[in-house]
Amino acid sequence: MTQESKKNRVTRRKFIKGLIAAVVSFEIIYVLYGLVGKKRPNLMNKNLFNAGKVSSFENDKIYPFGSGLFYLFKYSDGGFLAISIKCTHLGCMVQFDSKNQGFMCPCHSSKFNKYGEVLSPPATRALDIFPITIEKGEILVDNEHPIQRNIFKPSQLTYI
Amino acid sequence: MINKERKPTAIERFLLHIHPNKIDAEAIKFTKTFGLGGISALLFVLLAISGILLRFTYVPTPESAYDSIIFLQEKILFGRLLRNIHHFSATIMVVTSFLHLIRTYYSQSLYFERSKNWIYGLLLMFLVLFSNFTGYLLPWDQLAYWAVTIMTNMLEYIPIMGDLLANMFRGGDMVNGVTLLNFYNLHTGVLPLFFVFFMSMHFWLVRKAKGVIVSESTEKEMVSVFPNLVVKEIMLALIVLAAIFLLSIFIDAPLLDKASITISPNPSKAPWYFMGVQELLLHIHPVFAVFVIPVAMLSLFFYLPYFKYSKVNIGVWFNSKIGKSLTIISVLFSFIFTLIVILISEYIIDFSSWVPKLPLLISTGLFPVLIFLIPTAGFLYYWYKVKNTGFVETVMSLVTIIITSYIVMMAVGVWFRGEGMNLIF
Ligand code: HEM
Ligand code: HEM
Ligand code: FES
Repeated sequence: MTQESKKNRVTRRKFIKGLIAAVVSFEIIYVLYGLVGKKRPNLMNKNLFNAGKVSSFENDKIYPFGSGLFYLFKYSDGGFLAISIKCTHLGCMVQFDSKNQGFMCPCHSSKFNKYGEVLSPPATRALDIFPITIEKGEILVDNEHPIQRNIFKPSQLTYI
Repeated sequence: MINKERKPTAIERFLLHIHPNKIDAEAIKFTKTFGLGGISALLFVLLAISGILLRFTYVPTPESAYDSIIFLQEKILFGRLLRNIHHFSATIMVVTSFLHLIRTYYSQSLYFERSKNWIYGLLLMFLVLFSNFTGYLLPWDQLAYWAVTIMTNMLEYIPIMGDLLANMFRGGDMVNGVTLLNFYNLHTGVLPLFFVFFMSMHFWLVRKAKGVIVSESTEKEMVSVFPNLVVKEIMLALIVLAAIFLLSIFIDAPLLDKASITISPNPSKAPWYFMGVQELLLHIHPVFAVFVIPVAMLSLFFYLPYFKYSKVNIGVWFNSKIGKSLTIISVLFSFIFTLIVILISEYIIDFSSWVPKLPLLISTGLFPVLIFLIPTAGFLYYWYKVKNTGFVETVMSLVTIIITSYIVMMAVGVWFRGEGMNLIF
């Protein structure tokens, strides 16, 4: 065997060394990801946000829930949409401007209509929405799991 | 005067081990390195000391972080001074390590045996920025909270892994207590550890390369390090320390209102050293601004020592006379050209409504990039092919254009962007 091919051959020793290195790094990454990445349950409340009785909302109106970080929009046919107030540009908090019937972001002035669709950039995506479930006539919003979308579609609405 | 009779103590002798006994007289001229690497190292020591002291009062939770800083500033003797020292050392360290990068690059000190040290240097630069960024969140005021919100949301634009990365840093989809704990741990534990390791490697590699660069032609005259170099180092260190203390006595580190997750300030800006990216983001599709372009730039910088150059004059500033003039011309070109492109893009160009049929990635991504790229390529082609400038000088011109352009964008973002990120003059 020549010097050259000896150098490049995978010996048993090299193979085992490589295997150990791979396993160890996988373990480290796994542990790190678990430590850094996961939400710690004791620091987050996992409950759904209760927005109140279905009957207390009027059609075609928008209701702010500042502490839940969303706006609840009741469509003209009675469907509900929970719109995240987190701007899709870089994450500032949008505000509803009742004069223009739309959302405005203070940070870099993206504008959205009342369905959350982009009216003017720099944002490129419509505002995220949160899943809604309706139980015993109460509206429960899962405000920890935003759903991304590009435009508004009636299929995003939740009905009783 | 220096007492030559006194024997150095054990600690002194240990510290002197950073240097060889004798050194080329040319290497210790101040204008050789401007002491920039040494100043950065000194600043790290100062940061570590002041940082460890800060940890005695700092509480890393969203409820108490802000109040603990108020407490430090108002109730503790010299507490405000301590915070100011940490703040200004950190800011100045960004500047000095960046200037050090510039020095090593333009004095042609990154080839052959120094190429590995260039890589370690880039990693150190990354550590400097990342330390600054993680420290930025700790005061938990409006400035800190929204700057970090903006930066972590930039990560989300990275294709495929973006969301995962951003959520990992934040520990959720919003900046919250988990983010603060993550950042605190990175800032005061993990990153300083990395610093010590990389800096040790960096210093060792400088010695392995037989000290800082000296041009090949000079006749060597060796002088002893002690006292020739050491006295200079101590003098510079004292000047830097005095400057930082003076700054910290007269100027206070900023502290706005306590962070409020429902009120975003207008405008919200990233920390100043990242404002170039945020400015870019105003003009170009996010995938290009936070992914394609930064990755391309980083690859270029890491690859710089390894191109197949034909004539490198190690240790000669700008490689040659032509290199020097071309660098100056490139700075001017890039400065003016970048400003023009920013203005055009702000007031005239609106590809997304001119060609609404094309995907956004092309109309707001590729087109603006080409607007910058084509004239730049033309500029470089002219020098390389028509004027027959060397390859080293041409690459240097490209690097100059990139650096100048970033600085211009950063300056525009920091000083000329007002409410709603509109241009103000
Ligand atoms: C052992 C090393 C370090 C420790 C223990 C440490 C610790 C701390 C602590 C406790 C704070 C919060 C206090 C405050 O915000 O005023 C802080 C803030 C900060 N640190 Fe460090 N730090 C270290 C190194 C560094 C380094 C190397 C850099 C940058 C290169 C840096 C940059 C910053 C910045 C920019 C802030 C924000 C300061 C401000 O409020 O304006 N730190 N650090
Ligand atoms: C915390 C940051 C840094 C520290 C403390 C540091 C420290 C030093 C010191 C003390 C030297 C000896 C010569 C001199 O003072 O200029 C040096 C040389 C060098 N540094 Fe750094 N440095 C840092 C960052 C960087 C960066 C960002 C780069 C470039 C990417 C870099 C690349 C180099 C190179 C290539 C040399 C060899 C230069 C020569 O031989 O003339 N360093 N560094
Ligand atoms: S974060 Fe809303 S426009 Fe930038």
